[in-house]
Amino acid sequence: MFDYNFHWRPVMKSLPDLIDAAFLTLQVAVLAMIIGIIIGLCLALIRLHLKGPLYWFASSWVEVARNTPALFQLFFFGFGLGAFGLHLSPYLIVLAGLSFNCAGYLAENFRGGFQAIPDTQMRASRTLGMTAWQAYTRVVIPQVFRIVYHPVTNQMVWAVLMSSLGMLVGFRELSGETQFFASRTFRIFEYFAVTAVIYYVIVKLILGAARLLAARLFRY
Amino acid sequence: MIEIRDLHKYFGALHVLKGIDLDVQKGEVLSIIGASGSGKSTLLYCINGLEPIQQGKVAVDETNVHAKSTDINKLRQKLGMVFQQWNSFPHLTALENVALAPRIVKGKPRAEARDIAVKQLTHVGLGDKLDVYPSALSGGQQQRLAIARALAMEPEYMLFDEATSALDPELVGEVLDTMRLLAEEGMTMICVTHEMGFARDVSDRVAFFHQGVMEEIGPPEQIFGQAKSEHTRKFLANVR
Repeated sequence: MFDYNFHWRPVMKSLPDLIDAAFLTLQVAVLAMIIGIIIGLCLALIRLHLKGPLYWFASSWVEVARNTPALFQLFFFGFGLGAFGLHLSPYLIVLAGLSFNCAGYLAENFRGGFQAIPDTQMRASRTLGMTAWQAYTRVVIPQVFRIVYHPVTNQMVWAVLMSSLGMLVGFRELSGETQFFASRTFRIFEYFAVTAVIYYVIVKLILGAARLLAARLFRY
Repeated sequence: MIEIRDLHKYFGALHVLKGIDLDVQKGEVLSIIGASGSGKSTLLYCINGLEPIQQGKVAVDETNVHAKSTDINKLRQKLGMVFQQWNSFPHLTALENVALAPRIVKGKPRAEARDIAVKQLTHVGLGDKLDVYPSALSGGQQQRLAIARALAMEPEYMLFDEATSALDPELVGEVLDTMRLLAEEGMTMICVTHEMGFARDVSDRVAFFHQGVMEEIGPPEQIFGQAKSEHTRKFLANVR
C-alpha cells in the first residue's frame, strides 16, 4: 500500500544551496517589513489626520492590500506591470509585492495603536511646552510601539512565509530553490519536507528574538 | 498676572463661556467652584491655549495667549497644568516623567534634568519612587507625580483642573496637602475644585461659575458666609 522509497541524499547534497536561499528569503522579508513599516506608518497617519485625495489614496491601498490575495498582488508587480512594458526582476517583484501587502496590514495595526493612546497624553505633553512633534515622538509613538509590537512580529512571520509565493514569479528564494531542485531530482516530498523544517526554524528564531527584545524594551 | 477680558467660548452652537472678566495677580490662589458643565475647566484650557476662543482676550504677563504671533510652547512653560486624570506617561519611570520636558523643551543637559526631577519628586514626597513606573503608583501618587512634572518646568502659574476628583477618597488628602504646600510657597494658582474645604482654607479668592457666567467672586468668607447670588447659595447648600 505504501511503496514510496525515501531518498534524502539529493536533499542533503543541495542543503548548502537551500540555506543560501533561506537567507535570501529572510533578506527579502526583512526589507519588505522595513519598507512596509515606513509606508504603513505614513498610511495610518494619513488615514487618521487627513481628508481628501490623500485619504482616499491611503484607504484604497489598505483595502486592496487586505482584500485581495497576496499572490495576485505579486502578479500585478510581475505580469501586470510587465504588460505595460515595465519589467521588474523577480527579486523586485517579490520585494514590491510583499512591501505593498505588509504596508496595508501594518497601516491598520498602527491605526489601532494610535487610537489606543488617549488624547489626554497629547494634551498633557503640550501643556509642558512640548511641540506637537516632540509630543508625538517622545510620548505617543513609544507607547504605540509597544501596542503594535506583537502584531508587527506576526506580520514579520507572515512576510517570511508569504515570500514563498516568489517561486510563482520565478524568484529562487527558499521555495523557488526547492522547487528547482525538486523538479530536477523528482524527490519532491523530501525537498519540501526539509524546506518546511527550515521555514519552521526561521520563524522560531524570529519569534525567540522578538521575545528577548520585548523583555529588554518593555519594562513597564 | 493673568488678565481675562470679555472671554467667549463656543463648542459648536454651545455657548460655554459667556463673557468672563477676571484678573489673577502674582502670588494669588484662586479657587473656581461651580456645577459640572459651568465652564470652569474650559476656562483653564483657554488660559493655556489648549482651546481656541471666539471672542475676547486672555493675556499672561501681557502676552496675548491666542495671538498668532505668540510662541505658545514658550508661553506654556510658564503655565503648569495638572489634570483630573493625572495623565502620567506610562512608558517612563517617575524620574523620566519629570525630567523629560526640562530636557527636550528647555534643552537642559541630562544630569541637570535629572537633578531637577529628583528635587521636584522629593518636593511632592515621591523621593523614594524615582525608578518606579506609574503603573506601580497609586492614584494619589500619580497625581503628585503630575504636579512634580509640571513644577519641573519652573512655571510661574499653576492651573489645577479638578486635581482630586478622580481619586479615591482616602487619597485626596495627600494631593491637597501638596497643593497647600505650593500655595504656602507663594505659587500663583488657579484651582478648579470640588473640595470646598480647600477652597475655603487655602484660597485668597473664590469664584463661583454658573452656566458659563462668573456669577460671583470674592474672599472665601464672603462666598461661603454671605454669598450675594441666589445660585451660589443654592450650590453651596447642595454640596455640603
